[in-house]
Amino acid sequence: MNKGFRAGVRAGLPFALAGGLLATSFGVLAIDVGMPGWTAVLMSAIVFAGSAQIAALGILGAGGGLGAALGAAALMNSRFLPIGLAFAPSLPGRPLSRAAQAQTVVDVSLVVAEDGKGGFDRGLLFGSTAIQYMTWVSGTAVGVLGGSILGDPEALGLDAIYPAFFVALLVGELRNDRAKGVAAAGALIALVLVPIAPPGIPVLAASAATLIGLRRREAEAT
Amino acid sequence: MSTATALTLVGGCAVITAVIKSTGPVALGGRELPPWFASIVAMMAPALFAALAVTQALADGRQLELGADTAGVTLAGVAVWRGASMVTAVLVAAVTTAALRAV
Repeated sequence: MNKGFRAGVRAGLPFALAGGLLATSFGVLAIDVGMPGWTAVLMSAIVFAGSAQIAALGILGAGGGLGAALGAAALMNSRFLPIGLAFAPSLPGRPLSRAAQAQTVVDVSLVVAEDGKGGFDRGLLFGSTAIQYMTWVSGTAVGVLGGSILGDPEALGLDAIYPAFFVALLVGELRNDRAKGVAAAGALIALVLVPIAPPGIPVLAASAATLIGLRRREAEAT
Repeated sequence: MSTATALTLVGGCAVITAVIKSTGPVALGGRELPPWFASIVAMMAPALFAALAVTQALADGRQLELGADTAGVTLAGVAVWRGASMVTAVLVAAVTTAALRAV
């Protein structure tokens, strides 16, 4: 586990650096919408979920209510229901221990913590998340403290960092035809749902694309 | 934003996130799952990352729109495709977007 942890830290570093930039943009955004700086850093420390934090803040910043902001965060995080199912067999122990381990699962874990046998390695998971957690919290602090110097987050193009992060993750995953087909289907499902479902649901629904790929592969095998 | 509002938001988001992340592992943890399960798990990353990328780049609430950030993100994708690192890619996206907005 110790060896896996160190390997995880190394594997997680590039994502952690990019995540740090993203966290900085979150810190700038928080100051921009009038959130007390220390509560933004606290949010990164105990919520540790980029898209949900940004979505919740966006709602409050646009004059929405607290309930709407919390609902947006829940919807944005709903993809962690299928992701949690994916990790379930790899997280042993009593329910409380499994719940605690589950907190370390982030989007990047899907690629970094893979064990090559259809499951996930806990050392890699904990190591890669540890380094991402450090840059996430410290990056937020940088954004909070430097926000007034940095200026308007939109003018700096900081809102492009988050989608670019996922595009970069995606390109690394397009290793075979099945993955390409699933990615195309996932993107299509999400885009079709954007105008008719609240943010977060399109991404959750896109997880159904994993089934399309499965059925097609089974059909090819028979 | 008042400190009380901010703290309620932070606490609420923390609880919601913890519950959502725990659900799968608590409900299923330790159980052997059938072979097809691994096949689905392997496709989780391409499906979700594609959906996250297009929604973050193209959606503003329930509106779909092309903007300077769309161009920046596309260029970042090309950069990664040609071997650029993750950090280079996000910087390409931010710089391109900022430059397009400045003109």
